[in-house]
Amino acid sequence: MEQDIPGTTIFDGVQAQKGLALNRMCYSFNSAENRAAFLKDEDAYCRKYGLNAEQRAAVKSRDVLKMIEAGGNVYYLAKLAGIFGLNVQDIGAQQTGMSVEAFKSKLLSAGA
Amino acid sequence: MNMATIVGGIGTTHVPAIGKAIAENKQNDPYWKPFFKGFDYVHYWLARARPDVAVVFYNDHGLNFFLDKLPTFAVGAAAEYRSEDEGWGIPVSRAVPGDPELSWHLINALVADEFDVTTCQDMLIDHAVTIPMALIWPGPVWPVKIVPVEINTVQHPLPSLARCLKLGRSIGRALESYARDLRVVVVGTGGLSHQLDGTRAGFVNKDFDTMCLDKIVAEPEALTRYSIHDWVEQSGSQGVEFLNWMAMRGAMTGRVTELSRNYHIPISNTAAATLVYGNERAIERKAA
Repeated sequence: MEQDIPGTTIFDGVQAQKGLALNRMCYSFNSAENRAAFLKDEDAYCRKYGLNAEQRAAVKSRDVLKMIEAGGNVYYLAKLAGIFGLNVQDIGAQQTGMSVEAFKSKLLSAGA
Repeated sequence: MNMATIVGGIGTTHVPAIGKAIAENKQNDPYWKPFFKGFDYVHYWLARARPDVAVVFYNDHGLNFFLDKLPTFAVGAAAEYRSEDEGWGIPVSRAVPGDPELSWHLINALVADEFDVTTCQDMLIDHAVTIPMALIWPGPVWPVKIVPVEINTVQHPLPSLARCLKLGRSIGRALESYARDLRVVVVGTGGLSHQLDGTRAGFVNKDFDTMCLDKIVAEPEALTRYSIHDWVEQSGSQGVEFLNWMAMRGAMTGRVTELSRNYHIPISNTAAATLVYGNERAIERKAA
């Protein structure tokens, strides 16, 4: 039996099944028209994609760790984050509970 | 009859932020310069190696494929590969020309060799192809055609390191049996260590990356002892993009040498690497 890796969720069949609706919604954000529709009426957009209560709450609170728990895959979640002008460093900071500056400094010091 | 020649390989990171830096001409900014300078040698080498075609091993991030239908290995067979909006605000690249005749030669050879690949006559290429293209060939016109080979690194189970090495070897043999006078470069994109998700986001591992870059030259088999789970642990959730590098390495069937290495932490959340490999065929060695 493989040991869990701390702070890491393997995106496997279990997660893929759980997250299908959420990831499908995020996949739709490849289109600018869909991004605008989400911003215009977030509730209606999430309903259209059939998000469950856990997924809807995670999206509403903009909480990336909760979205991952609800089956979200980070490549798809990054498309949602993009709607709010957030990149992977911003969401890295949010998930690790650091400021964006502290998160960036941590990476810079890893290379020093 | 002249056969195709594999002139060598290039490995490079494909972080989306690089696309923005290129669009904003930030190549000489202090943050970006240590990364972009690694491409000086790539350009110098290419001017001499003069490839006509690039076989590009990469992973799609939710542009061409969604999780509803996700192949493990997919080979492009289009005359042209377009890119599109990926939703996170990087500029959309111009289209890249394909070489359908070579694509079908590779597909036929792969399936005969028991790699049952998905064949894509329509295929959108995402930043994992277009950013390496822009880094490797920064001019206004693409001087090469491409065959994109897509590997699932997103949804587990992923193919093993050994399987990707074998996929590359199968493509290498197919290229060397191809009766067209073509010069081919093989490209592996993504990596090295990085993790975007979870409370371990921001994880990089310089020692492990260095070991990988040392081993992949002359003893890539040594890396096949790592399971995918080991790889996630040592290299991060997205460090598994190294599978693309294993396939690129496998496609070089001759004597492989490292010609240049640039390793830099960080580019965004990623330990970035730019490598150039020479590939000398056995027959050329005998003649020499």
